[in-house]
Amino acid sequence: MSTTVSQIDEVKTSPWSGGRSPFNVEYGKIMMWFFLLSDAFTFSSLLIAYGSLRFSASVWPGADKVFQSVPGLVDHGYPLVFVGIMTFILIASSVTMVLAVEAGHRNAKKEVVGWMIATIIGGFMFLGCQALEWGHLHHEGFWWGSVPPAEELKKLFTGGSEAVQHMTSQEFANLFFTITGFHGFHVFTGVIINIIITVNVLLGTYEKRGSYLMVEKVGLYWHFVDLVWVFVFTFFYLV
Amino acid sequence: MSAESHEVHHDGEHETMTKGRIWKVFFILLGITIIEFIIALVCVPRNILPIQYANPVYIVLTLFKAFYIVAYFMHLKFEKLGLVLSLAIPVIFIVGLILVLTNESHHWVDLRFPL
Repeated sequence: MSTTVSQIDEVKTSPWSGGRSPFNVEYGKIMMWFFLLSDAFTFSSLLIAYGSLRFSASVWPGADKVFQSVPGLVDHGYPLVFVGIMTFILIASSVTMVLAVEAGHRNAKKEVVGWMIATIIGGFMFLGCQALEWGHLHHEGFWWGSVPPAEELKKLFTGGSEAVQHMTSQEFANLFFTITGFHGFHVFTGVIINIIITVNVLLGTYEKRGSYLMVEKVGLYWHFVDLVWVFVFTFFYLV
Repeated sequence: MSAESHEVHHDGEHETMTKGRIWKVFFILLGITIIEFIIALVCVPRNILPIQYANPVYIVLTLFKAFYIVAYFMHLKFEKLGLVLSLAIPVIFIVGLILVLTNESHHWVDLRFPL
């Protein structure tokens, strides 16, 4: 019998021959990526529904007129200032998250804990701001299924009949609370997951495991929340 | 599993996010946001840039921000091409829905506001 291995029986070593991850990424991280892709589809569907309703409306409440208060400080006259603060908080908490991941690469437990706590504080600050924003709009009369009285609505528009103004304001309110609510729910779950991971870091779970990959995975989720906010911010507050 | 993930983890370490790079991306994101605010608070109200031209500018700037978040913060720029493609190609479905519904919604105007 010949000892040479026929070509078909040779063990292949190329990345796609099986036996190892061709993506060179750990399983849980790949699954987090594909979960986020599906979540991106959900958020895009909501935002595209908003876009198409707005495109098909002859008038729409002006964002600079709806959002011009800084809750607790001034009631009107400062368009976009408050949402600017919120955007800054979320971008800053994304940076602290990525710094936690970077510290995890060096297995620096104390630094990971510090940056994770900073991220959690940022998340709570964002949620607090959103609660103030919702409270302010609710106080003005906006909610699911309700809008301010006609003479108040008039100030938000540059044209259109009373009936049309009422209809598009209602659409705006429903979409605003649904989309920012869904995003806020993601921020909330992100904060909860961040707390769980921070507790695990403190308990030394990842130190024993030898890698801080879990921090990277929740980091992906947290950055995704920031990514969605970038789009919500543009399409609700700027456009 | 932990040994394997450890190995995976160290393979990509030759090119990754350093502290300097993290802060650079942060200032890029902050800068783009400030530009958006300048457009919204100065250029549009004073009619330097009419709103119909400002909107595409906002969208392009937003896509830049999205790129920096996904590529650097989410580390996708440093992953294998196969993973990048398997995540980037399905985004075509989102583009498709945008094209279909923005086109379609222009026709809804006549249905929703017949007067």
